Amino acid sequence: MSARKTITGLAWISPWLVGFILFMAFPLAMSFYYSLTDYRLLESPLWVGLANYQRMLTDQTLHLALRNTFLYAAISIPLSVTIAVVLASLLNTPRLPWAKFFQMAIFLPTLVPLIASTMVWMWLFNAEYGLINRLLSTLGIDGPAWLLDPNWALAALVIIGLWSVGQAVILCLTALKQVPTSLYEAADIDGMGAIRKFFSITVPMISPVILFNAITLTIGAFQIFVVPYVIFVRDKGGPGQKGFFYTMYLYDNTFIYQQMGYASALAWLQLLIILALTGLMFLVSRRMVHYRSA
Amino acid sequence: MKATLFHRGSGFGRWVAFATLLVAATAFLLPLVWMLATSTKPEAQAAGGGVSLLPEPASILPAQVSDNYGKVWNDDSINFPLYLRNTLVVAFLSVTGMVISSAVVAYGFSRVEWRGRGFFFTIVLATMMIPFPVLMAPLFVLFSKAGWIGTLKPLWVPAWFGGAFNIFLLRQFYRGIPKELDEAARIDGCSHWGIFWRIILPLSKPALAVVALFHFIYVWNDFLAPLIFLTHRDQFTLALGLQLYQSKAGNTPWNLLMAASTMVMGPVLLLFMVTQQTFVRGVSGDGLKE
Repeated sequence: MSARKTITGLAWISPWLVGFILFMAFPLAMSFYYSLTDYRLLESPLWVGLANYQRMLTDQTLHLALRNTFLYAAISIPLSVTIAVVLASLLNTPRLPWAKFFQMAIFLPTLVPLIASTMVWMWLFNAEYGLINRLLSTLGIDGPAWLLDPNWALAALVIIGLWSVGQAVILCLTALKQVPTSLYEAADIDGMGAIRKFFSITVPMISPVILFNAITLTIGAFQIFVVPYVIFVRDKGGPGQKGFFYTMYLYDNTFIYQQMGYASALAWLQLLIILALTGLMFLVSRRMVHYRSA
Repeated sequence: MKATLFHRGSGFGRWVAFATLLVAATAFLLPLVWMLATSTKPEAQAAGGGVSLLPEPASILPAQVSDNYGKVWNDDSINFPLYLRNTLVVAFLSVTGMVISSAVVAYGFSRVEWRGRGFFFTIVLATMMIPFPVLMAPLFVLFSKAGWIGTLKPLWVPAWFGGAFNIFLLRQFYRGIPKELDEAARIDGCSHWGIFWRIILPLSKPALAVVALFHFIYVWNDFLAPLIFLTHRDQFTLALGLQLYQSKAGNTPWNLLMAASTMVMGPVLLLFMVTQQTFVRGVSGDGLKE
């Protein structure tokens, strides 16, 4: 009886199960095996043990990519998380005029293909003719060369990333709509100001969503690829190598140098970094996240 | 019944929120507005100074629009109509496979009681954490052994095996459909397949639409997979084709680049405008509880 039910259940999920084995479990296992070999794609993999992982310790290019990626993540994640909560609280104002329009304007950029938004932002950040420097010059400010300037390239990339914060905003807004109004009414009676209410009610009440956003954004930030890859396709790594990120190095090793062994080791390091950071966030947030009993 | 940052009924607070959001919305829309404006100007004006939204004189607008967009559509080196066709082929095959397979799999995770269901569902959720770049190298090896590199297959075949996020969405939706319906159907002699086909699927149309929409946009926008798996220019999708403008030698005029960008993102944005409510509900997950 129970065995038959298990077979029925497995039959229903079999499309996913087969796909999972073929396109995820098997490739992951192979990738782990490749990471212990020297594998030049056209030749057979040659066992080298931990040599690829040892090489990471002294690989200066890897260290550069790691530094840049951590720096990008450290700036962009807190900014995105904060902006998402603030915009969502503003959108949640009762009887706000144009509320639907504002939601749409903030969400729209998340739908734009990354490649197209990259083109648009390259034009906006263009040193001579870009809109941003045109606007700055009307204020009498001589704007930097942005994507061509080692001191400003990272800032420009962070701004491009922030443009698609909309999904995080919508998630926060949905959570805010479920916060009982009575909490705010009680706060009003106690004479709490807007800022106090924001930190004492809004943030704690939607903290599970804030954590969720922080985790998704972390996973995304550590994979940043398309935007810098396209912008710096000719000028590898961008000005002063400030636009050279982890996934770009992984891509180069896989497809340019065709070193599948080393590339696989890099992939596993990336996976471990992401898992470790996610785990760390869960641990640290344990006391801060407030889960309501349903 | 809304929670609020400001005092209830405080007009001042509401207008502060309005003003702040007005500035924010302008900032979010400005890149798209400027893209459109640039795409309607002659080359010299696009690169010239000023922040005007229209070409000078404004009367040249229709002719200039048809000239710029026509040049992109008819470009010799970058075959826009062909890339559009490829994108639509991939999108059709991929979306069809994704909707069918996820709908079936979600049934097994919500309507059939079996041991191990919870365990396998945890794995489904866990796979959402695996970053695609991690799978790049082994998938490339796998697909090249299968002879799929340089074909469109790597872009749509995997979709026929379901997607974790979509399975999750549909499972949530199915759970909201009363179990009594299943039991009534079972008494009438319906098998699992009958229940799925006659009860669950017809009631799940809104959720299936959300999955189709999300996945269409995902496929349309995907850049990394086509970059890795496609080798011939005549198989490129639009996302990949757009990059050719940037990487090709010399400098593509900005007005044409913006016209091309508009053409690549246009269909997605139009689709969003038309289906806005379905969409926002899908993102927040609250339309799936109806």
